[in-house]
Amino acid sequence: MEMFDLSLIWALIIGFGVIMYVIMDGFDLGLGILYPFAPDEESRDVMMNSVAPVWDGNETWLVLGGAGLLGAFPLVYSVFLPALYIGVFLMLAGLIFRGVAFEFRFKSRKNRRWWNRAFCWGSAVAAFAQGAVVGAYIQGFAVEDFAYVGGALDWLTPFTVMTGLGLMCGYALLGATWLIMKSEGHVQDWAYRITPILLAAVLAVFMAVSLWTPFVNPDVWARWFSNIEMIWIFPALAMACAFLVYRSVQKRSDGLPFVATLGIFIFTYLGLIVSKWPVIVPPNYTIWDAASAPESQLFLLIGVLFVIPIVLTYTAWTYWVFRGKVKVGEGYH
Amino acid sequence: MELDPLLLSRLQFAFVVSFHAIFPVFTIGLASYIALLNGLFYKTQNPAWDRLALFWTKIFAVVFGMGVVSGIVMSFQFGTNWSNFSQASANFLGPILSYEVVTAFFLEAAFLGVLLFGRGKVPQGVHLFAAIMVAIGTFISSFWILSANSWMQTPAGVELIDNSFHVTSWMAAIFNPSFWVRFVHMGMASFLTGGFVVAGVSAWFLLRNRDVEANRKALSMCLWLLLVLAPAQAVVGDFHGLNTLEHQPTKVAAMEGNWETRSHVPLLLFALPDQEAQTNRFEIGIPSLASVILKHSPSGVVPGLTEVAPEEQPPVALVFWAFRIMVGLGFVMIGVAIVGAILRKRGTLYTNTLFHKTLIGMIVTPFIAVLSGWVVTEAGRAPWLVYGMMSHAEGLTPSLTGGMALFTLIGYVAVYAVVFWAGIYYITKVVRNGMLPEDEREEIEGEVERPSRPLSAAHTPFDDADPARS
Repeated sequence: MEMFDLSLIWALIIGFGVIMYVIMDGFDLGLGILYPFAPDEESRDVMMNSVAPVWDGNETWLVLGGAGLLGAFPLVYSVFLPALYIGVFLMLAGLIFRGVAFEFRFKSRKNRRWWNRAFCWGSAVAAFAQGAVVGAYIQGFAVEDFAYVGGALDWLTPFTVMTGLGLMCGYALLGATWLIMKSEGHVQDWAYRITPILLAAVLAVFMAVSLWTPFVNPDVWARWFSNIEMIWIFPALAMACAFLVYRSVQKRSDGLPFVATLGIFIFTYLGLIVSKWPVIVPPNYTIWDAASAPESQLFLLIGVLFVIPIVLTYTAWTYWVFRGKVKVGEGYH
Repeated sequence: MELDPLLLSRLQFAFVVSFHAIFPVFTIGLASYIALLNGLFYKTQNPAWDRLALFWTKIFAVVFGMGVVSGIVMSFQFGTNWSNFSQASANFLGPILSYEVVTAFFLEAAFLGVLLFGRGKVPQGVHLFAAIMVAIGTFISSFWILSANSWMQTPAGVELIDNSFHVTSWMAAIFNPSFWVRFVHMGMASFLTGGFVVAGVSAWFLLRNRDVEANRKALSMCLWLLLVLAPAQAVVGDFHGLNTLEHQPTKVAAMEGNWETRSHVPLLLFALPDQEAQTNRFEIGIPSLASVILKHSPSGVVPGLTEVAPEEQPPVALVFWAFRIMVGLGFVMIGVAIVGAILRKRGTLYTNTLFHKTLIGMIVTPFIAVLSGWVVTEAGRAPWLVYGMMSHAEGLTPSLTGGMALFTLIGYVAVYAVVFWAGIYYITKVVRNGMLPEDEREEIEGEVERPSRPLSAAHTPFDDADPARS
């Protein structure tokens, strides 16, 4: 057991699962948020069809993350979920509604309007709740003796409202650039038009969070102005990616805006991790404090290491099968 | 009025888990049935088996999808409402529940897609293999879930250090004393559920003279299955009861409505248990029969509820009546299966419309019986969350208030009401559409490859206003 730091391995696995979830479910939640603003019902069909084959595979990462946390870092599970009680409910309700709406919208004519609304509201609420979770993580939790002791709505502060709205903008940007890649004609034109606006909104939130954080959590600020200059590479790379999004949209590139947006997300995520590492239940508990017993981590690791390559292969295969543009009027069903 | 977060959390968990359980109970039985149909088609090449397999696979897809959707909530609820319990039991339950997720993932990634969308695209043997793997997969999933639940009923293989369970033996913990009876009892319940649903739907088709050949075959198969399984389940249930008597005597006392430890305990058919007075207000029973069933002798001494303090007793009336509903429905099922055998002997099995109508009514009974059974075992464990080691109150999230619990309880009821309505409505549409005629099936087989999105496997429109199909 001494040969490997199982908690470290598990932190890498969970960290990988979270970013996989964020970028993959991110663009389909983003399309849900952009849904009411689409120019016509035809483009809505294109939006839906572009994610229809992959969205539920994307959400499986969330379930794996939830179960993996209980197995490997139960303290995260038993502090985050009570602390974010109402937010977790809203997120789950949102995800359920949009999932059901997704399937039944295709099979529906008369009730399509209602399924459209369920899809849009479900996506928006789920995205907001996830953004608020990020904000709450930066804020930290009132924890005593390994249990959450705060109130039901402690997580809901002006700061977390901003991170919630920020993630909605971020997901919308992912959705718009995904649509650029997957569509053509007037749908793509629309996506090109809205991308710079969304990019500006994301950058504004990015700035605001950076300036606000020291007032919310001085520890994070101290980390950034300690002597580890290397960590500045992450925001620098994120900004470079943002610039790349802007340039590639001007040049009307097909795939580059989406790839560059993924870059923004990944480098921001890495920046967030280095601000906290190795604390996993802020402000006090590290990944080693939050870990389950080593024999439990090992027991679960065997199965997860077996299944992750299969899920990755399957995911890659799915995206490969459905590569290319979605054409207007080309029904998924 | 003060809102009690403990009571509300228990209600919420009972609601969510009951709602969720309806779907897997059905899919476990149905998956095996579909594998059998595919096997029969492979062996005989009779297209009737193929039509049945295709039809029931569509139903399976929708029910499986509903199960996944409703199951997402379950995986978060342990943390939101029972965080102390999650924290304490994570060393064991974390890996066990995660293995269930891992199994489901593996199943979905590898075989479900082939089963749902591979018909005609992969060789018949491969398709059959996928169907068998999906059926096995549903059992592996239930294996982990029932291991987790059985461990909470009869904990073993762990020691409690600093308010946290540490696993000393994975084998002892996973295969804890009540695991096998529970696993077999539940597996058979799933087969009974699948059997009664298929029999009921086949009877519905026969009443309308639709696809008569295939539905006669389905009805006949189901009734053979039920004739064996329904009585066998009663025997397994008896073993389960004896196992519970050994490990959780208070639960059995509540099931029997028996307050005092004594011999010659009657089997109560009707009683009004009064928890405050610690007695039954009114009872009708068969003398000494409970002693005979539980101890195999009229003078057998059966432990009573008053062996433990009133605050350590489960809600007696609830357990008592849920048990009677389950057993009563079990006997109705045995009766229906026997009537089916008599009609078969007389040669009127396919023509007796009264029997067909009865079978349609029977569709709901296995679901009610299964839910009642779970009420018996879960409520009967009260006040314990992990029997004898951790109470409900100790497992509750410390920061949870009554208002929060009430808010999410109402929320989940509202969300599930919508989802459930849409799902049931859609399944009945699929059933009414019946088995698609040959020309429409070509079109489906010609569609592009796509991954396993369960609900997409059914092609029935959601409402009637779809000009393309209705």
